[in-house]
Amino acid sequence: MSTAIAQSVHNAAPEAVSVARTRRLTKTYGSVSALRNVDMELRSGELLALLGPNGAGKTTLVRMLLGLANPDCGSVSVFGSDPRDEAMRYRVGAMLQVARVPETLKVREHIDLFSSYYPNPLPMAETLQIAGLDEIKHRRFGELSGGQRQRVLFGISICGNPDLLFLDEPTVGLDVEARRLMWTQIRTLVARGKTVLLTTHYLNEADALADRILVLQHGSIVAEGTPAEIKSRAMGKQVRFNSRLSLDEIRAIPGVLNVAADRQKFELQVQAAEPVVRELLERDSWLSDLEVTSAGLEEAFLALTQNHNHASYGSN
Amino acid sequence: MAATTLPADLTIPQRSFGNLVELFAKEAKYEIVKNVRIPVYAASTIFFPLMFYVLFAIVLGSGNPVTRSESATYMLATLGTFGVMGVSLFGFGVSLAMERGQGWLQVKRASPMPLAAYFTAKVVSAMAFSAVIALALMAIGFAFGNVRLSAVQSAELVGILMLAAIPFGSMGLALGYLAKPNSAPALVNLTYLPMSFCSGLWIPIFLLPHGLQQVARVLPPFHISQLALRAIGMSRDTSSIGSHVQTLVGFTLLFLGIAAFLYRRDEGQLYG
Repeated sequence: MSTAIAQSVHNAAPEAVSVARTRRLTKTYGSVSALRNVDMELRSGELLALLGPNGAGKTTLVRMLLGLANPDCGSVSVFGSDPRDEAMRYRVGAMLQVARVPETLKVREHIDLFSSYYPNPLPMAETLQIAGLDEIKHRRFGELSGGQRQRVLFGISICGNPDLLFLDEPTVGLDVEARRLMWTQIRTLVARGKTVLLTTHYLNEADALADRILVLQHGSIVAEGTPAEIKSRAMGKQVRFNSRLSLDEIRAIPGVLNVAADRQKFELQVQAAEPVVRELLERDSWLSDLEVTSAGLEEAFLALTQNHNHASYGSN
Repeated sequence: MAATTLPADLTIPQRSFGNLVELFAKEAKYEIVKNVRIPVYAASTIFFPLMFYVLFAIVLGSGNPVTRSESATYMLATLGTFGVMGVSLFGFGVSLAMERGQGWLQVKRASPMPLAAYFTAKVVSAMAFSAVIALALMAIGFAFGNVRLSAVQSAELVGILMLAAIPFGSMGLALGYLAKPNSAPALVNLTYLPMSFCSGLWIPIFLLPHGLQQVARVLPPFHISQLALRAIGMSRDTSSIGSHVQTLVGFTLLFLGIAAFLYRRDEGQLYG
């Protein structure tokens, strides 16, 4: 543990942009390894989506960033300090998955109570307005629909006017309309300069909201990039080969999304391999060491698709 | 649109003492409001001791006004203790087990709420319900049971029953960390009903078999009921007030120790 802390100090990048980071974070529950050597960084003002199927370790990672679970190994820091620090929590809001919320309290009572935990909370009216709770503020939690309940949890997470928000599967179980509404509310917060970490198992949700996506699978980060990069990787193939063609010539081939080159070694991201390979062989008969692989995210996204189907069965 | 604030530039916000007082007060207020609105909790924890009192002390009390007054006075203390034990164990144990197991406590712990505020609120709520039970029992006793207590005796009785929320609350705390949400009500009933009987809360302790009278001495409700009985001049026990108080402090510390141990075991697990 102490070596891990020393290492994180040693590696300290410009502190100005880093709001939260983990170094080689590892957590095991019994024989299940929930997180393996996760290195991630959350930058000020961004919306980072943690994308992955159920059981990928998203919630575990959020819990550790919130100081609700201790790492077995590795380090976590939020605003440069230990996440269990109470003063750190003044600047953090969290929307967690919860099986049951006290049902006899009214919406405004829940917000009033959580607001009192923070030194500089938002005015009640503002919280109610941002979270879309104004019309239901006098209703008891137990009388609310699923979408309204999620909005109350969202209101609880923002009422303290935190700089950093953790939203753990904020739209799970919501219908399309309620999901869109939640997206609008999340965008409002990002526009106000909040830093947001969102977990989701919907690629389209991460695509719609995120500046950056981390794909988590079996407790490891398997991909990182902008939504466009992740989407192309998720759907496409990788083509590797040695060729005498120039970088520009290769870029010009239709269907090539991205090129990485190391002298004559090339690695392409493509939508579909066959037309690109045909074109390559036509242009360079000396092409060698040709290799086509799937982008490596297929397994993750297969699971995502299955979960998606499962969720829509559940909500109908 | 606010500019992005960089962490290094920010001074850490402080919570004033006034904020803290307000926070504890709100937590307690909403705990009470939450419980009052749960019909099962409010009705069963208050209704059962009152119903037993009406049945055993008033309806079944003998025709002789002197003995009826005596038993009605005696049962103020014992059924009062029974009532306080109910509100404390359910309000503390069952609600903690539920809120812990169903993720609500996680949401609170992710916020800057001091954990002490959460527990204090449960004690205050149990005390408020205890006061209601004590006053309602006394009202029935005065009106229908020929009970005559001085103002000091009445105040002492109410005070003791309210303070009893502390040892019973600590017991509830331990049970709340021990139990899973679904098993909590059963566990609490299994603890509290036999314990009430063995401590002489339903049948006066001196009418219980000698063996049971000895068992009662290792049960917290016995010591509370003896303090309550003494306050209204009905105790037949010869132990000193100090020895009852000492035993209760010992029990409270023991239960708090068990709760702290279970809390630590929970730390870092899925359901904190």
